[in-house]
Amino acid sequence: MATLSSLACPMPIAVNTHIVLGHGSGGKLSADLVRDVFLPAFGNPALNRLDDQASLQMASGRIAFSTDSFIVKPLFFPGGNIGELAIYGTVNDLAVGGAEPKYLSASFILEEGLPLKTLHQIVKSMSDAAARAGVSIVTGDTKVVEKGCGDKIFINTSGIGVIPAGLTLSASLVEPGDHILLSGPLGEHGITILSQREGLELGGELKSDTAPLHKLAQAIIKASPQARCMRDLTRGGLSSALNEIAASARVGIEINERSIPVRETVRGACELFGLDPLYVANEGKLIAIVPASESSATLAAMRLVDTGSESTDIGVITEAHAGLVTMRTALGTMRVVDMLAGDQLPRIC
Amino acid sequence: MKYIDEYRDEKVAHGLLGNLQRIATRGWVLMEVCGGQTHTLMRYGIDELLPNSMQMVHGPGCPVCVTPLEIIDKAVALAERPEVILVSYGDMLRVPGSTTDLLHVKARGGDVRMVYSPLESLKIARENPTREVVFFGIGFETTAPANAAAVWQAQRMGLKNFALLASHVLVPPAVRMLLSSPVNRVQGLIAPGHVCAIVGTRDYEALATEFHIPIVVGGFEPVDLLEAILMLTAQLEEGRAEMEIQYTRSVSAPGNVRAQRIVAEVFEVCDQKWRGLGPIAKSGLRMQEAFRAFDAEAKYDLHDIAVDEPTECISAEILQGLKRPTDCPAFAGRCTPESPLGAPMVSAEGACAAYYHYRRHEAVSLVSIGGN
Repeated sequence: MATLSSLACPMPIAVNTHIVLGHGSGGKLSADLVRDVFLPAFGNPALNRLDDQASLQMASGRIAFSTDSFIVKPLFFPGGNIGELAIYGTVNDLAVGGAEPKYLSASFILEEGLPLKTLHQIVKSMSDAAARAGVSIVTGDTKVVEKGCGDKIFINTSGIGVIPAGLTLSASLVEPGDHILLSGPLGEHGITILSQREGLELGGELKSDTAPLHKLAQAIIKASPQARCMRDLTRGGLSSALNEIAASARVGIEINERSIPVRETVRGACELFGLDPLYVANEGKLIAIVPASESSATLAAMRLVDTGSESTDIGVITEAHAGLVTMRTALGTMRVVDMLAGDQLPRIC
Repeated sequence: MKYIDEYRDEKVAHGLLGNLQRIATRGWVLMEVCGGQTHTLMRYGIDELLPNSMQMVHGPGCPVCVTPLEIIDKAVALAERPEVILVSYGDMLRVPGSTTDLLHVKARGGDVRMVYSPLESLKIARENPTREVVFFGIGFETTAPANAAAVWQAQRMGLKNFALLASHVLVPPAVRMLLSSPVNRVQGLIAPGHVCAIVGTRDYEALATEFHIPIVVGGFEPVDLLEAILMLTAQLEEGRAEMEIQYTRSVSAPGNVRAQRIVAEVFEVCDQKWRGLGPIAKSGLRMQEAFRAFDAEAKYDLHDIAVDEPTECISAEILQGLKRPTDCPAFAGRCTPESPLGAPMVSAEGACAAYYHYRRHEAVSLVSIGGN
């Protein structure tokens, strides 16, 4: 692999160590960046041709197509970094549609002054993450903005995946009586980022759950031939995903507080900040809605996958209160789980 | 989790409810003063579990809700000044003033920052000597000590570019006003545990004696509240009217004496306007003469900013426990957390907002019944 020290041509020192506007010019510096940073990390036959587009061989049938942009502060956090997020975020959006993720694009908006070393680290993480998720990065782009006009690095990834013949997953298929399966404890990504930003030490075991969900999604589809739909639980958390399904399928949803796993450190941080873990972001969790008859087998299959080892059955779809999500609390009473208008903001007291 | 799980335990809660069912012979009307307690009641549906005719009404103890509209407008006016860095708690940023909120001022280029403690704003002031830093601090007796400490510290450090825009309210005068009302229905009071952790329980003993009403200083978890309700009911059934402490793991009779001392050094009691309740004598805190240089209202001459509250809101009745949020014709229709008409819908801990978030299924059925 090329390293910074292996850059052959003489260049001003600043160019060697930091991103400058010229890296986005389309000229020699841009070419150097591609040759020294991106190709060594991402290289594959489709990308190596360096054409204006990737030319890909696809199986016949339906493809899934998704895009996502990634901005996160700090760029590196316990359990991951912006590069992993950028790969897994799009991979997971494809995976929960039942698709096998295949190809990704990666576009970078870099802020002048970003250390090249940082870019190297992020790109290396993306390369490792792509390998873990079984996808190739086949096309990309880089732009540089003046210092102060960005926040170090923004990444956009788009991806395509192949949907197996005959498979349809959609919230519109959800029916009363279906079960809701959750792949593991909530809130780890959101609370990790928040505690990093606020400089809070919440204990060594707290880290982001950033992970690819393609294997878990495939296991669910295999175990549940009539699976209705899946959702990954990113911004807005479990609550947003459930509220979206309840609204679009015109069904009610009833979940059980006691069956929803939340780790101790996350619970503690939520108590401290006045946040509700149901609304906190995850980067490696999904829910699957499956018919009651297939729920136990699906849950067992999920638990055999590393990213689903703590899966639980958290509730059911109901005919009653269509469009609303309710939760049976730890005390046995019912309450509404509302959709948030904006971000959750820490409380005053 | 220690100090959490045992206070959310279903068995313990139902044990307390069993005892309550055994001793309650009448439909007592009880009030929880603090918004945090209202929040727990709604979130866990505790009022649904109470013996049939017992009723919880929700008091004025949500600090964000009772903060006058005009002080929000003053914060907005300050945040719009290019030289000012306005610093506040997260949930203040979304509270709507008469035209906009601080998050929108920030989006339009205002320098608005969120912190967890007013002391952080001193650091910001030190790091930005050419800018004016204003901490927008509101709240009950709970937040006053930290705000007082920030002002005290700023004076010691000789900071010239720091000021406090404060709106502090005191619980006992508001409770006194509610209990003195000729239409008062409240027969027992759950006093705010965190306020008493700071100020102690003396004022509440006095209130219990003065109004011959049982008062229990309660915590904020479901089991805390059920135990406080049980203690109040026992007093009512036995004809007692005493101040008792349920929240003993945080509250002692003298309270936090050091916190009281710094509050007394920096602030003095003043008349104060409450959003939804209007002016209440001696129910607020303002900076003492010696610290007036740090008073943002004096420093930036904000006295001209005055606004009227929307008249449609029935918050006065809500905050006095005379009506429930669902009694309001505007509830969940013209008045929502995104577009509140008044105080109790403003903060997540306000009574109307709590009903809106946790009880909308009931509101939906109410609306449909009303529509037929």
